[in-house]
Amino acid sequence: MSSNGTGYDLSVTTYSPDGRLFQIEYAQKAVENSGTVIGVACKDGVVLGVEKLIESKLMERNSNQRIFNVDYHVGIALAGWKPDTRQLVNKARKESQDYQSFYGTKIPAHVLTERVAMHVHQATMYWHLRPYGVCALISAYDEQGPQLFMVEPSGTSWGYHGCAVGKAKQAARTEIEKLKFTEMTTREAVKEVARIIHLVHDPVKDKDFELELSWVCDESKRVHQLVPKEVKEEAEQYAKEANKDDDDDDDEEDEDEELVDSGAQ
Amino acid sequence: MDAIKPFDVVQMNPLKELSKPHSMGTTIIAIKYRDGVLVGADSRTTTGSYIANRVSDKLTQVHERIYCCRSGSAADTQAVADYVKYYLSMQSVELGELPRVKTAANLFRTLCYQNKNHLMAGILCAGWDPIEGGQVYSIPLGGTLVKQPFGTSGSGSSYIFGYCDVHYKDDMTLEEAEQFVKTALTLAMQRDGSSGGVVRTVNITKDGCERKMVPWTELPVFFEG
Repeated sequence: MSSNGTGYDLSVTTYSPDGRLFQIEYAQKAVENSGTVIGVACKDGVVLGVEKLIESKLMERNSNQRIFNVDYHVGIALAGWKPDTRQLVNKARKESQDYQSFYGTKIPAHVLTERVAMHVHQATMYWHLRPYGVCALISAYDEQGPQLFMVEPSGTSWGYHGCAVGKAKQAARTEIEKLKFTEMTTREAVKEVARIIHLVHDPVKDKDFELELSWVCDESKRVHQLVPKEVKEEAEQYAKEANKDDDDDDDEEDEDEELVDSGAQ
Repeated sequence: MDAIKPFDVVQMNPLKELSKPHSMGTTIIAIKYRDGVLVGADSRTTTGSYIANRVSDKLTQVHERIYCCRSGSAADTQAVADYVKYYLSMQSVELGELPRVKTAANLFRTLCYQNKNHLMAGILCAGWDPIEGGQVYSIPLGGTLVKQPFGTSGSGSSYIFGYCDVHYKDDMTLEEAEQFVKTALTLAMQRDGSSGGVVRTVNITKDGCERKMVPWTELPVFFEG
């Protein structure tokens, strides 16, 4: 064997000599290949935003959803390997319904997250399974207030005020940290989320993208839904103008971006 | 196979009476008042016409702030209450907080509905939780779940519908609620042969649960003619 870890990446059930599980790390790479997904918890709700990369110009709009309703009060945004995301959404919806019919009350966000995480973790424990190549951001608004959680391919889950996964997660996290989302309203946050997604998208290197935004807030009566058209348009307008101010020098890029965005409306 | 005798006489057999299943031909009541809920019950358990227990406890705690009043078969209701108790304790660990009364009631409902062909259980589920405060739910025989400001059940309850309808008020004080429950139960115990013994109550508020017992010697006296 040439180096320490060689040969230990074939099975998810075998640790490498220095205690790593390479298959899980590869699954995390699958997440990093996908468009950036960000989520922020504000004082009156939670906003999710997705940089949805367009695989083909011929593809119908909205046929490649990345944000889903799980329950009235819960939404989920996913980065990573597409088919796996579908599976996970179904699992989350089922868990939510099962809880509701068994206990007669809507599922608390941390319980749902825990159950989804358990399921994801299970896929790292058997030789005949492959880990989920998915990172899930779960947004919810219930008696306990607005909440945001993330589930990783390893099956760990955390609660967040703000969080980013996918291709440009580092840049997006830095941007999120600059703002105090917990003191913002969702109305304000929607704009900032749109701005950050536009900012971290590299129109030269990356494929064209479509912005997907959802919220669950007082304005939506604590129901998770895609952000209404007018609000989204306003946010994208704001995003483009804010980012134009940032880099006035590169006109060509802006034009590119404009083209993409008008296509996305 | 024996042919059915046309003039078979039903006769009283003391041994047969004793071997009948224990049932709680009961009067139970639960009422929401200003600070929480007050639940009450008589204490008679019978096997046929024999009083198997004259001081039974039909108020069963299923979680810190949630009680159920049991009527029907003693065995069935105990078993159902045990299941609910188990599920609630599991859930409160998962949630890290007090379970909701609605949840307890829903568990009772599910168990009573799914096993309706095997059970004889009329349950009142009442308690306090931090989200909705005091609540009373009634789960009668078929497994319906009804939220009510107050609920009564058991064989004795039919004698006191009128009394309860006349004297129930929203937002009673504890003293008023105690008076209401004690009077209602006494009236039922006087008229219903399957209810009697002492009056037991539990007062459930955000601060905890307090039990009381009124011996039959201290119960109010009404028209007995």
